Amino acid sequence: MGKLLAIVLVIIALASAYPIVTHMFVLPQDISTHGHAIDEQIKETMLEAGASFIAAQLVLAFFVWSFTGRKEGSPLKNFPGGAKVLVVAAFVLVGTEILALGVLGQKAWATVYFTPPSAGAIQVQAQAEQFAFYFRYPGPDGVFGAIHLDKIDEGNQNYFGLDPANDVAARDDIVSGQLVIPVNREIQLLMHAKDVSHSFYVRELRIQQDFVPGLDLSLHFTATQIGRYEIVCTQLCGLGHYNMKAYLNVMSQQDYDKWQKEQSAQ
Amino acid sequence: MEESSVQQAHVHAPPEGFLRKYVFSLDHKMIGKQYFGLALAAVFTGMVLSWLMRIHMVWPLAKIPGLDLISKAGAPGGIITPEYYLSLMTMHGTLMVFFVLTNAPFAAFGNYFLPIQIGAEDMAFPRFNMMSFWTTFVAWAVLMLAFFIPDGPPISGWTSYAPLSAVGKDAGPGMEYGMSLWGISIALFCIGSLLGALNFIATTLDLRAKGMTLMRMPLSTWAWFITSCIALLAFAVLLPACILLILDRHAGTSFFIPAGLVISDRMQPHSGGSPLLWQHLFWFFGHPEVYIAILPSMGIVSHILINSMRKPLLSHKVVIYSMMSIGFLSYTVWGHHMFLSGMNPTSALAFSFPTLTITIPATVLTLMWLGSLYGARIQINSASLFALGFISMFVSGGVSGFFLAQPSIDIYLHATYFVVGHFHMVMGVASLFGVFAATYFWFPKMSGRMMNETLGKLHFWITFIGTYCIFMPFHYLGLIGNVRRYQSFVDDFMQPYIGWHKFITICALITGAGQLIFLFNLIYSRFKGEPAPQNPWNATSLEWTIPSPPPWNNFGDKHPVVYHDPYQYGVKGSKGDFVMQDSPEQVIVSGD
Repeated sequence: MGKLLAIVLVIIALASAYPIVTHMFVLPQDISTHGHAIDEQIKETMLEAGASFIAAQLVLAFFVWSFTGRKEGSPLKNFPGGAKVLVVAAFVLVGTEILALGVLGQKAWATVYFTPPSAGAIQVQAQAEQFAFYFRYPGPDGVFGAIHLDKIDEGNQNYFGLDPANDVAARDDIVSGQLVIPVNREIQLLMHAKDVSHSFYVRELRIQQDFVPGLDLSLHFTATQIGRYEIVCTQLCGLGHYNMKAYLNVMSQQDYDKWQKEQSAQ
Repeated sequence: MEESSVQQAHVHAPPEGFLRKYVFSLDHKMIGKQYFGLALAAVFTGMVLSWLMRIHMVWPLAKIPGLDLISKAGAPGGIITPEYYLSLMTMHGTLMVFFVLTNAPFAAFGNYFLPIQIGAEDMAFPRFNMMSFWTTFVAWAVLMLAFFIPDGPPISGWTSYAPLSAVGKDAGPGMEYGMSLWGISIALFCIGSLLGALNFIATTLDLRAKGMTLMRMPLSTWAWFITSCIALLAFAVLLPACILLILDRHAGTSFFIPAGLVISDRMQPHSGGSPLLWQHLFWFFGHPEVYIAILPSMGIVSHILINSMRKPLLSHKVVIYSMMSIGFLSYTVWGHHMFLSGMNPTSALAFSFPTLTITIPATVLTLMWLGSLYGARIQINSASLFALGFISMFVSGGVSGFFLAQPSIDIYLHATYFVVGHFHMVMGVASLFGVFAATYFWFPKMSGRMMNETLGKLHFWITFIGTYCIFMPFHYLGLIGNVRRYQSFVDDFMQPYIGWHKFITICALITGAGQLIFLFNLIYSRFKGEPAPQNPWNATSLEWTIPSPPPWNNFGDKHPVVYHDPYQYGVKGSKGDFVMQDSPEQVIVSGD
């Protein structure tokens, strides 16, 4: 039965690698300026983790094949070099691996989190609530109207609690259920949670960030491909969590300007 | 002698009467079996919950007969609602992590075998021991109660992130009373585990037999000892976290709830709290918890592997120090669950490095197991199959940690099925493989009867191949961006992959059904199994020096004296290729 286990281990190793090697499951198209670094990092890690995985399973299979079913009196042997060689190997191999991955991997993280948005970035406020996203643009005056919690009224579509009667800045604010942005322009997303924690995840943008109640976070990115992409909530937020989604609409600059005008006119 | 006088102080009278023998027992062996029984009840419940989730995910309109009797609102006419899916998921996670992965490898087998392996007659504090089991039992009962109240079980996942978990009924069904039951249950569980951990530590340090130096303890005992040190610190943080959560819910405090939240159109009467505080407290417990689940299995598997290889591991000390380093490092990495939580992004890097570093002791351990197989005389039985399967699973689940330890990759993979696949394999399945190995190995000692080997091997093959078929595809689905905690996948991009989800569901049903073979084997062998000799595996440690099953005071009136390291295999002994720890004979190393 040891031999059978060895064969099954080899099959498992090869079968597990097959979908990866043959690209049956590929990352979705990357439409961001920073995503390339993340994809490279995933590829690099796949190579190292995949090699470790296959090597370990094959060695396990080989040893199980070789050293099961031996006769009672057959001599025991010890691994050449003993524990020392293996401990040193672990430190050197894994040490280099994690140093390389650890240091290289910081690049992608840094572009998302350590570089401030450029001065010309378009500011959009994103509000997450059970179970929808709403996006707000400051309108022609470039200023967001203030939020009044007591004015929030879902029934009348006042999701942000704006007070246009008394607040001039709020009058031209554009509120939308989809995130409309121009292509190749940096966007700064000001993230606000109305009720509980949510998350903003766009696969193609290689962006994921939690909305945290009481903590207004900001995120910046640039989309490079025109198209419509799904925004999903990835932080469990209650009974409608599975249904919490919106769309990211990346447009040409002209279309974007037109859209802004149409929205302002309403 | 000093040791024996210390021991005398802890001996209790032989138990008399049904209640003292089987219910409120002070005997660590009965308490171990009680923990095992509780874990068994929890694991089969948890498994059925996972079946229901998997079925709902791919056949959302399937009618589950009888489910509407448990929850009319959650499953009207037997059809699971999307909300009830979240309840099932929360209960599955909570039952599995706390009542199975903590109870089975650590509390159950640790209770039964730690005292015997060090030559003690019982735990240091038998009454505390009884209390820790019964507190845990009440914790389980309180949690299960959530299924039967009108409010239903909570829907906020086993991590119960605030403010969703802290604001009460505005947060949805199950979040009023169900969530409170969850908080009380886990707080009780913490108390039970703290008492247990203290007891394990005191027992290991104080009650070792003469000659049983720390380095002569078997690796399973070492693992339980290190685990109890981890548990002592981890549960000591989760307990206050649960208390604060209960206070937020019922006493109007605001530890985890900031000002200005409007939930279900109601302004929440709270201010000044922080949702991240809950996450920090929870994961400060939560990450070490992963090692509470896996470390005992590492020790158990080492112990069993050595016996089936007929030779010791390459280095006893290296294995112990690796487990210690893992235990220590487990406290420095909790923030890797929170890379995208809004925590300061610089601290993500600070948490990433120790996370990657944990790979080193984990690799050392793996190489110790692999390297020791070289030149061995491996004997295949149900226990050793599961021990070898553990190595395979541990590697498979471990390598995906490489991805998730890197914050930049986590941006893409966080909250996808990749994570679900990762932790199910490494802390769920691998740890359970340790439990299965332990059961097949120690059942003869615990019951006095052998388990059926044919059924055991059949159980292994179904479980080994089945779990790979279930959890490997999880990783692939994660790579394409399949998010977790969704009850269905209606997105266009997921359509081509629904077939994979169906495949996983079918595999889960088959693998789950395979566990019934194990259950049958347990019950059948308990009554009809072949009588077990004292030392059926020709093993060396102290549990095999006493009858199967052991008498109430373990060693009778004798006080064992230990002369050797725990694993004298591959030598010329009077009984064969091994010398037992309590045998005064000299160890003659057989020639190469």
